Amino acid sequence: MQLTINGQAQDLRDIDPEMPLLWALRDILGLVGTKYGCGVAQCGACTVWLDDNPVRSCQLTVGALAGRRITTIEGLGQDELHPVQRAWVEHDVAQCGYCQAGQIMSAAALLRRDPSPSMAAIESAMAGNLCRCGTYTRIVAAIQSAAQNLAQIDCYEVGESAQAAGDRGAAAV
Amino acid sequence: MTLGEFSTVNRRDFIRWSGFGLAVTGQGLSAVAMAQPAPEGGLNPYVVIHEDGRVLISAPNPDVGQGVNTSLPMIVAEELDADWAAVEVIAAPVDPQRYGAQFAGGSLSVRNRWTELRTMGATAREMLLRAAAASWKVPQEQLTTEPGQVVHGATGRRASYGELAALAAQQPVPGEGDVTLKDSADYRLLGSRVVNAAAEDIVRGHSLFGIDVVVPDMVYATYVKCPRPGGTPSSANLDAVKGLPGVLDAFLIKGDAVPPVFDLRNSTHVAGGVAIVATNTWAAFKARRSLQVEWDTAGASRDDSAAIESQAVKAMEQVQGDRELVRTGDPDRAFAGAASVLSAQYLTEFISHAQLEPQGCVAHVSEDRAEVWTSSQTPGFAQITLGKLLDLPAGNIRVHQVRGGGGFGRRLSNEYVREAALISQRVGKPVKLQWMREDDMAFDFYRAPTYYRLEGALSDQGELVAWRNHVVSASADGDKANYGAGYRNKDFPDRVLANVHITQSLVPSVTPTGAWRAPESNVYAFAEQSFLHELALAANRDHREFLMATLGEDKWYEDGNLGRLHTVRARAVIEAVTRAADWGRALPENRGLGLGFYFSHAGHVAEVAEVSVDDRKGVTVHKVWAAADLGQIVNLSGAENQFQGSVVDGLSALANQRISIREGAVQQRNFDQYDLLRLPQRPDVSVTFLSSDFPPSGAGEPALPPLAPAVCNAVFAACGQRIRSLPISRQGFRIA
Repeated sequence: MQLTINGQAQDLRDIDPEMPLLWALRDILGLVGTKYGCGVAQCGACTVWLDDNPVRSCQLTVGALAGRRITTIEGLGQDELHPVQRAWVEHDVAQCGYCQAGQIMSAAALLRRDPSPSMAAIESAMAGNLCRCGTYTRIVAAIQSAAQNLAQIDCYEVGESAQAAGDRGAAAV
Repeated sequence: MTLGEFSTVNRRDFIRWSGFGLAVTGQGLSAVAMAQPAPEGGLNPYVVIHEDGRVLISAPNPDVGQGVNTSLPMIVAEELDADWAAVEVIAAPVDPQRYGAQFAGGSLSVRNRWTELRTMGATAREMLLRAAAASWKVPQEQLTTEPGQVVHGATGRRASYGELAALAAQQPVPGEGDVTLKDSADYRLLGSRVVNAAAEDIVRGHSLFGIDVVVPDMVYATYVKCPRPGGTPSSANLDAVKGLPGVLDAFLIKGDAVPPVFDLRNSTHVAGGVAIVATNTWAAFKARRSLQVEWDTAGASRDDSAAIESQAVKAMEQVQGDRELVRTGDPDRAFAGAASVLSAQYLTEFISHAQLEPQGCVAHVSEDRAEVWTSSQTPGFAQITLGKLLDLPAGNIRVHQVRGGGGFGRRLSNEYVREAALISQRVGKPVKLQWMREDDMAFDFYRAPTYYRLEGALSDQGELVAWRNHVVSASADGDKANYGAGYRNKDFPDRVLANVHITQSLVPSVTPTGAWRAPESNVYAFAEQSFLHELALAANRDHREFLMATLGEDKWYEDGNLGRLHTVRARAVIEAVTRAADWGRALPENRGLGLGFYFSHAGHVAEVAEVSVDDRKGVTVHKVWAAADLGQIVNLSGAENQFQGSVVDGLSALANQRISIREGAVQQRNFDQYDLLRLPQRPDVSVTFLSSDFPPSGAGEPALPPLAPAVCNAVFAACGQRIRSLPISRQGFRIA
């Protein structure tokens, strides 16, 4: 069963099709940036992109993903940091950092579809990602600052970098 | 050694204290570390400088989000006069001989290591200066440093630390007396905003956390325990489970037929259960669906949280408890002669830690050795208790400290390390044990429920003249309070007020409890500071003014001991926070300000919350102001982050968190039944750190206790309803 992860074609034919994508990423592919928090889509730590949409990878079974395109935190900013990642560093958002990959994937997906989101849009997009350390204040500040940075450059160019890398990777395979 | 002892220990005691079985002597920790050989090419156990100019600084203590991976190396870097951009932080190996007590608890990391780490930086700098003096044949007094460089002012000659590193490493190690530590006015780094050393690895999703550890030949395990602590497995359908896809093995671990207790140094407790070992985590988790276990519950908990509460509430009907903890002055006479007496009962429930990374551990146990990779907050205790459990000398047990996805006290115990070790021992391979979230919620060392009957006596001038507290504590052994359920003597109010009577009663409970961020303080502050607000209102006095007056004379309750109340510092933070919040201003209807002050973990912290309450008891927390005196701030960004987080965490806990227990078993299973605050509910947070010449204290805990009373007092100001039990959802309130 073929799918594309961070631009690389992957064949997951030998694994249990019921395995959630989360565990395939972590245990089979060694992409450990995507985190296990609850297993029931309540915490958002496992957020990845399915095609271009943020989803909880603990709820997606590998068997349902044939031909689909997945982007994980490792594929977001590949050589250079994605503007959202950069804003996260500049605002020193993380405390323990465990939830932040999921937060960043949700935030980057938001800015991809809404480059200058209102506060209501930010709150709605981020409500599914828990942070027990309570870094929400800085998460909001980082999203706003990333949105400003994106406004100054071509957001689509940046937003498409993972996709472009994916296409290159797929072409190479 | 319990955490309670951690949090009351001062540096002097700490050095004397041999709780970890360490070679810690009266010379002080830095002397111990200096006497140890430096790592190859290193100037001492903390500092290695490479020829290319990179400065490697070891972070000695576990990091679970409190930021000591950054703040501790910053202290070294400041005295070393390193260029922070050239610093690489590395996690120190767990090596008590070299690094002393390596733990994350009691907000003590910065406080305990302050002098040690400054000395380490300063002596390493001294070695660089000596190297330059020898190399340039100039008197050392003519040399100075700028970040990353030694400079000879007279000639303008300069050399980078990298160029001098090899020669510096050959210099004799200076003693503590050979260096002069910087004056705080000369700090370049301390007090500034420094981004967490792990920030880029975190945002890139690099392997960092305990759950990310992979070692060659590793297999994956899950461990199914009896829902009732103390239950043990009699039998299970192991053959059926072993036949499932991906399952490599399944077996019973008999375990201890009693619930665990929070004894960090001594406990070798292992809960009975069934281990399932598989080729990946999912195969192990999935196999649990087919597992059937017969449990022997003879030694299992029969706790019922509702019954515990009703017994405690009954006990609180009595003004005084069965035993006396504190008696100061003549409280009975003071109450008898009071103009008015106010009484109220405050209570809280069990709550869980719910750190976002569920427990787990990678362990490799062979015949005579054990190696573990763990996010434990007490890796030293992991080593000690594993040695006892496996009957191995400490030298044969290697513990790697790995970043933890949240701690909050949950990782102080090491039962997950012992479980992983026993499973690895049985299968003869390295094992990654992974708890499910449901395990994490069901098998916590919970924050204990607490019950306080408070009484205050007011004079006809409206002064608080006497104080009573009947503390009802859960107790497993019928003799002492379970962890976090008791009462430790405090400077306020016990020593500040002239007439104080504190008594205690016990109610039975064997549910495991432990340290939850700012243990005991996080619940007691709610009761004490809410009741003081009630007393201020009863006295018809402004809350701020009443609090200021009640703190009494200007006094440090023990000169030189940061762990003791300093009323000048206390009043200063109350003054600062009320000024920031514009205390006393007119507010619209259904909107109010509330104040809370608390001293814990050597931090004086005051907070004001501004809330509005709608007609359906929805509480919007618009803004929280915090003001604190933590002494010298190490990393301003990190400290502020801890405070912002403590406000959110405190709000999260008071809103709707509760663990209920029936027939010994926890009823909540996952985040759908246990609410953490979500981003749209966050308040604005404004933090002020007072400029202070005191040595630094920790930032991880002391901002949490004042939050609950600040919010609940604000709710009263907004709508006139007094909240005396947590979570506030008990009384129909919710955080909007």
